[in-house]
Amino acid sequence: MNRSRFSWVPKILLGLTVLFFYLPIVYIIVFSFNNTRSLTHFGGFSLQWYTKMFSDRTMMEAVGYTILVAVVATVVSTVVGTLAAIGLSRSRRVLRNIVEQINNLPVMNPEIVTAIGLLMFFSSLGISKGLGTMLLAHIMFCTPYVILSVSPKLRSLDPNLADAALDLGATPLQALTKVIVPQIMPGIVSGALIAFTMSFDDFIISYFVTGNGVNNISILVYTMSKRVNPSINALSTLVILLITVTLVIVNVVPIIKEKRRTKA
Amino acid sequence: MKQFRSMVYPYVAWIAVMIVLPMLLIVLYAVTTAGNDVTTFRFTLENFARFFSDKVFLDVLWRSLFIAVLTTVICVLLGYPIAYAIAQRPEKSNMFWVFVITIPTWINMMVRTYAWVGILQDGGLINSILGFFGIGPVKMMYTTFAVVLGMVYNFIPFMILQIHTSLTKMDKSYLEAAADLGADRLQSFLRVTLPLSLPGVLSGITLVFLPAVSSFFIPKLLGGGQYVLIGNVIESQFLTSGDWNFGSAISMIMAIIIMISMYVTRKVDTDPAARGKED
Repeated sequence: MNRSRFSWVPKILLGLTVLFFYLPIVYIIVFSFNNTRSLTHFGGFSLQWYTKMFSDRTMMEAVGYTILVAVVATVVSTVVGTLAAIGLSRSRRVLRNIVEQINNLPVMNPEIVTAIGLLMFFSSLGISKGLGTMLLAHIMFCTPYVILSVSPKLRSLDPNLADAALDLGATPLQALTKVIVPQIMPGIVSGALIAFTMSFDDFIISYFVTGNGVNNISILVYTMSKRVNPSINALSTLVILLITVTLVIVNVVPIIKEKRRTKA
Repeated sequence: MKQFRSMVYPYVAWIAVMIVLPMLLIVLYAVTTAGNDVTTFRFTLENFARFFSDKVFLDVLWRSLFIAVLTTVICVLLGYPIAYAIAQRPEKSNMFWVFVITIPTWINMMVRTYAWVGILQDGGLINSILGFFGIGPVKMMYTTFAVVLGMVYNFIPFMILQIHTSLTKMDKSYLEAAADLGADRLQSFLRVTLPLSLPGVLSGITLVFLPAVSSFFIPKLLGGGQYVLIGNVIESQFLTSGDWNFGSAISMIMAIIIMISMYVTRKVDTDPAARGKED
């Protein structure tokens, strides 16, 4: 009785939740097609802000840098993180504990603390800020996430498997690539995905360690948002599209593969 | 067994340089005076004294803590019912809802915060709707309301997901047992579900409070240039006034406050009051 009378409450609540979460996203997509400068009145459909965005050199450079940094940081941090996690799973407990604690620092620390630490570090060494420092910083904060997502998979892995492979004459490299890596693949993939989106979306750390006119999308949105500029909406829509496509690919491809396998 | 052990050593060197060294630099700068070089350090606690003796900075600290606590409380009060409503759905749509909550967190935080500017503006969406009913316009941009809204919007998914996980991990037979023993729905919620989901609430609190207290672009975007939180002070010390020593001291103060609050949260977690956790 009680239950059915109030069954609309959770439905309304979830409806409002979706509205709250997606309204700003939809809003920005809609206004990217606005034919006036206004952020509040929709005058009519137009693609002018997209034309403006694609012809704006700083914007296109920022998109390029964002993708470049995200791809390089993802590849490097995934490889480094996976190797480190495997090594870590076989290290002595003391070393493992210390490394895990330090590894957690960038994850637990407020981003701004990590950012100023890196800023002072690069400046103290006299490294000029730019693409290089941004890449180093991104690799630095992405790798811990890869380790955090690979390590649980390693813990549930039977350590004898690799030893068996070695006993049967596999070289260490073969044991690594043919026995260990395939079994921890789900962890590696989700770690890579986290690394990619962390890098792609990063603002705070990039903002502090960049220089020389090297911007990523977040920095550009931040600096441009001080004045009304609807090209930001077009750029934001592009970001939303890129991330959504990435997420769909990562989530749907395994499902399709699984379906094919069960069919075969 | 020891075959792949050496693979960790390059990473140990990497984190020593890239994680530990920068952290040490913050501590070093925080306790020294400006203008020192490698050979002469002048240690001082002046940077800390300057922060705690200046009313302007103390006000900023209190405001940051107030905003962060307010954000966290709202996230718990809104996030719990949402997580509960999702957990009550059939298992298949549970996955769907978790996906719905997760997607926005993957999209650039800056972009999503910027989106609120158009919605909250004086002639924006909310004020147009209010105006339709003859209310307003209500000033929302550049107010505490806008800043807290921006923070809740950005951080509440973490709260919902944490609570949802602890709700779905819960053993449903406890609820049957409670019902068999004569508890009504409210009683079994208050005495079984709520205590069992407390760990999720607590880890949600950490995940919301931490970014909320240190945030600096949400106040800048939605609160305007006049709206200063502790993150903004740190930013300006490093990027505008170039006082690294003072900036380092402020970030140490912030880090210590966060550590204390996390310690307190963990303490509550292991407290006998949260006994329901033991299963």
